[in-house]
Amino acid sequence: MFDDLRDLYQEVILDHGRRPRHGTRLAAFDASAKGDNPMCGDRVQVFVRHGADGRIAQTGFEARGCAISIASADLMAEVAAGRTDTDVRALADAFRSMARSGQAPDGDAAMERLRPLAGVHEYPSRVKCATLPWHALLAALDGQGGASSE
Amino acid sequence: MNVVRRAVALDVAAIRAQFPILNETVRGKKLVFLDSAASAQKPRAVIEAMVHAMEHQYANVHRGLHWMSERTTETYEGTRDLVAGLINARDRSEIVFTGNSTGALNLVAYSYGRGILKPGQAVVISGMEHHSNIVPWQLLRDAHGIELRVAPITDAGELDVAAFEDLLRDGKVGLVSITHMSNVLGTYTPAERIVAIAHAHGAKVMFDGSQAVVHRRVDVQALDADFYAFTGHKLYGPTGIGVLWARRELLEAMPPFLGGGDMISSVTYERSTWAQVPHKFEAGTPAILEGIGLGAAVRFVQDIGYEAIAAHEASLTDHALARLGEIDGVHVIGRAQDRGGVVSFTLDGAHAHDVATLLDRQGIAVRAGHHCAEPLMHRLGLDSTARASFGVYTTHEEIDALAEALIRVREFFA
Repeated sequence: MFDDLRDLYQEVILDHGRRPRHGTRLAAFDASAKGDNPMCGDRVQVFVRHGADGRIAQTGFEARGCAISIASADLMAEVAAGRTDTDVRALADAFRSMARSGQAPDGDAAMERLRPLAGVHEYPSRVKCATLPWHALLAALDGQGGASSE
Repeated sequence: MNVVRRAVALDVAAIRAQFPILNETVRGKKLVFLDSAASAQKPRAVIEAMVHAMEHQYANVHRGLHWMSERTTETYEGTRDLVAGLINARDRSEIVFTGNSTGALNLVAYSYGRGILKPGQAVVISGMEHHSNIVPWQLLRDAHGIELRVAPITDAGELDVAAFEDLLRDGKVGLVSITHMSNVLGTYTPAERIVAIAHAHGAKVMFDGSQAVVHRRVDVQALDADFYAFTGHKLYGPTGIGVLWARRELLEAMPPFLGGGDMISSVTYERSTWAQVPHKFEAGTPAILEGIGLGAAVRFVQDIGYEAIAAHEASLTDHALARLGEIDGVHVIGRAQDRGGVVSFTLDGAHAHDVATLLDRQGIAVRAGHHCAEPLMHRLGLDSTARASFGVYTTHEEIDALAEALIRVREFFA
């Protein structure tokens, strides 16, 4: 019945949407920001802790939202670990581009991990669900308190 | 009950035949449109009235001395008579055209709020308002020192009438502005009781009738209301035209809202004088084509008749509550005794947006989100709901399709 929806709701999205691994507020963090989608009411707050080497040691989030937004936040937290802020900004650009076009560069391990979310490009109203956590993460790294998907 | 209701039900097939868009397919499926509370589809009569005006009879209104302007003015102003009849206004001059319900609410918040209410007075809204009946009062509060009070709702999603009356007891409340039917819960508010209580405490009453006027006959005189707002596009008319009804003496006492052409009697650099109501509140070239379309929509509704509409939608709502109620994991939000054709629900294990996307795949259009009623969502402890809403063209089979699709959605997310 929903076979064509498996492109959007791939197993990894259903799994991470249902059981996010990073869906907690960090006990200690040095950067945080909220993301808001005023049109649909989705909200996410991300928490980032950098290590002594300056790289992102851990990312956690608290969110209310759909399976797409939760899974996106969770996979984002996963791939951000161990990266520099500069790397993460580049990844955010690549991710947002993929969410709009459906295309992701081959051979990049992080983008391969995020590729299941490429299906949103066929659902214009859902693209913001996937990109909202990334907006919040960038706002946190930029030292801004919040981001809006609008 | 259903048998009785169906006996007086309208001829849905004949009505559907008047809505060209219902022949469309969506994602390869027959369109099942259950989002009329957001905006209703348009019958051929409305479409043709607007096209006819553009093709045969169009010019600006209220100013031309030529044939086209006079004929266009007649048709456009004819809508004012039709609307006055629809809601039983005493006088056509009590009908002010606005852009939509939001425009009507803002007009009253600005003009009555700043012009008549005094700092220190209060406005009461309810805990189940659309943002359009919250934010204008916040603007008034912040600009003019008006207190904003919120009458709570019960867990069933009904106005807590005793608590509402308590909010009025200190005599400071100048205006109650409240929905006549919730766009989320489907709840009808007890309009006559609200008016009686408010008037007993010296407050005027404004109703946001955006949803109510679509489903039931509204008689502003029988309600003894002071202001009533609704929008055309939910009433099978075009976007861009709404209605503010108010008692004539209130409109006459209120200062203008927007200034410009059409709303003046005379203008000099020193001072201007205002046109008679309702034109005092209708600055600028109005939504002429939309006004003409609204007239056709009012005729369309009256031709069907509110008795038939109300019976049809009550039957649909009962059917929806029964069908959704028997699906494990589906929770209908709101259990008001008196309710109209709007049913919000949640599904365990699935966010409303995901539900809406999966339903859309089956050609079923529902709304998902906070429905422009965030404070109500907080009150209910929810982030969002999915909402199915019904119109004159909705069938019992479409509700069956929704119920069957929801079972598959539940399995998908299980």
